[in-house]
Amino acid sequence: MDIRARLQDPRYYQIAVLGTLVAYGVLALDFGIHLGNAIMIVAAALLAQFTGTKAAGLPRFDPLSPLITSLSLTLLLRTDLAAVAALAGLIAISSKFLIRVRGKHVFNPANLAIVTLMLSSDHAWVSSGQWGGAAIGAFALACLGFIVLTRAKRAETTIGFLGFYALLLFGRALWLGDPLAIPMHQLQNGALLVFAFFMISDPKTTPDSAVGRVVYSMLVASLAFAIQFVLYRPHGPILALIATAPLVPVIDYLFQGTIYRWSRYVSDSPASRPAHRVKGAY
Amino acid sequence: MKPLVTILAAILTIGLSTTAQAFCGFYVAKADTSLFNRASQVVLVRDGKRTVLTMANDFEGNVRDFAVVVPVPTFIERGQINVGDKAVIDHLDAYTSPRLVEYFDPDPCMVRRRLEMSQDMAALPSSKSAMEREARSQGVTIEASYTVGEYDILILSAKESDGLIKWLDDNGYRVPRGADKVVGSYLKQDMRFFVAKVNVEEQKKTGYTYLRPLQVAYESNKFMLPIRLGTLNAKQQQDLYVYALTRTGRVETTNYRTVKLPSNMEVPAFVKTDFADFYRDMFARQTAVENNRGVFLEYAWDMSWCDPCAADPLSAQELRSLGVFWLADQSNPRKISPPGAQNVFVTRLHVRYDREHFPEDLVFQETGDRQNFQGRYVIRHPWKGEASCDVTAYYEEVRKRQEREAQQLASLTGWDIDDIRARLDFPGDPQPDKPTPWWTRLWD
Repeated sequence: MDIRARLQDPRYYQIAVLGTLVAYGVLALDFGIHLGNAIMIVAAALLAQFTGTKAAGLPRFDPLSPLITSLSLTLLLRTDLAAVAALAGLIAISSKFLIRVRGKHVFNPANLAIVTLMLSSDHAWVSSGQWGGAAIGAFALACLGFIVLTRAKRAETTIGFLGFYALLLFGRALWLGDPLAIPMHQLQNGALLVFAFFMISDPKTTPDSAVGRVVYSMLVASLAFAIQFVLYRPHGPILALIATAPLVPVIDYLFQGTIYRWSRYVSDSPASRPAHRVKGAY
Repeated sequence: MKPLVTILAAILTIGLSTTAQAFCGFYVAKADTSLFNRASQVVLVRDGKRTVLTMANDFEGNVRDFAVVVPVPTFIERGQINVGDKAVIDHLDAYTSPRLVEYFDPDPCMVRRRLEMSQDMAALPSSKSAMEREARSQGVTIEASYTVGEYDILILSAKESDGLIKWLDDNGYRVPRGADKVVGSYLKQDMRFFVAKVNVEEQKKTGYTYLRPLQVAYESNKFMLPIRLGTLNAKQQQDLYVYALTRTGRVETTNYRTVKLPSNMEVPAFVKTDFADFYRDMFARQTAVENNRGVFLEYAWDMSWCDPCAADPLSAQELRSLGVFWLADQSNPRKISPPGAQNVFVTRLHVRYDREHFPEDLVFQETGDRQNFQGRYVIRHPWKGEASCDVTAYYEEVRKRQEREAQQLASLTGWDIDDIRARLDFPGDPQPDKPTPWWTRLWD
């Protein structure tokens, strides 16, 4: 396969950015990422993907998506038990194979794993404030770079979510008479950026049409805002995404579009295309 | 050959001892909150939505001038307010303080039992409440008014901030400039205002010469501490200590980075006499490293034990007095805890804040992390006794270690490395004769 064509797959860039963040988190920030947990997540996710690939009769084992999911999980999920980390990888990837509607999986894998574990166990939590200002600045640049590199393909969800969420935050500040430093500070949150660029952006679990994606991103942003600032509960975006995920098939029904295939960037090999068309990609 | 083997063994012990002896040091000094001016202390007991907030009160001055205005998330009934015991907060402060431990190298020529020493420092009284607001009082949308202990307490709410500010002004409360916007913001977020002043008659009856801490219990999703009002008229940065007592695990801020204070560092022996300066300068240096936006974790521990202990763990009775309501559950025969376990996890957070770097109130969450953490600094005294063998190799090791400690200290505190080096006490150096004190022959 042509290496250049392969490198056009945006997932390589995502893996590079997420991998750098994990390395930075472990080495410099000391914000609670345990290497052992990271390894457990990756191993469990790859194993689940491999088993799922076999069971679903897919032609090719694709490690890229489970890697991205694993890295997102590593960045967001905190646990003191390696078993919980492994369970996270397992829940995330197996949900892709098990919970499907109209040829698409319903829940964002990492999102489902985080919320399931966070709500069911004291041993799983999300540390959203543990990024320094410098890290967030560099991270934001890397994320913007991603949008530029992919020429904003399917980036409506990210842009829509961040834009609308920012609008709500600034609107709230104006209504409350708060200084604008407050919404600015609320936007400088590492977990929010990981969420916007690597979770809600997942083309597999967002609506197929551009209009649908914009509508969806606004829904997520509104609910996230309500959870955070009306109910005063933490982790608004992560909870909002899981709550709105079942609406994606409805939005797809209302606004028709094409199902996303990572393989479009990867390969035109006749062996993989028909299979992906028939089953949708995992 | 035999002496050489012994020396090597001794050096090996020294080399490995940082981890091997990690839990057998003796506590010698602690850095409690009294080292910092303008520091306030708050105890936050939290489980589910239930919160008990205890605010230490170190107001100094005429008690008639004392008044405090605190935003609270719900209406507060009389039974939800209590006056606590300052000694318990001091105890909690002492228990969670960063600590200095010391070890003594064994005779490099003989494997002998380590000499150990400990020196305790009494808990010093601690600091000043940032939430205090001086005011002179008089009566608005008063939802309730209570007298609790030495305090007259009002629960205020208002439709508009203007009305509340005007009322506070009219009633002699000195409201800082710019407070109307912050008050307005809190009112729109459905917060009430808890206003307390001292009832001089009641205060006399209590017999206390100081103001006791105020406690408020409420149930709310909001796990936060309002710091914005306190930053309005403060020109300087303020220190805040939050002691969180929870059931599950460590508490951290969700909207600011929670950073572990550098810990388990070996520092030169002279830090023992300068521990207060060391801790103060290290904290200042570390806040600068975090661009003045960090919240520092100084202690996270299961309340049932400590090692080394800067003070004993709090008793169940003391914890109850701070509002740890679930301790009552232990009497429930269906829910028996293992003996000694308090089922209470304490987190000590230290934040130095101002309006520029902390624009938003502190928002917290409880995590499942029960890993113990303490601010702990280690002094290792070289062997100073008579050497009965060739100690060249041992001295070389000591020199290297002292240089490492000096550099560590310089990087932790920003102190000048040459000043530090000049104060190192190397056992191989000829001991300077102690200068004769000037008064020795004064009355001869």
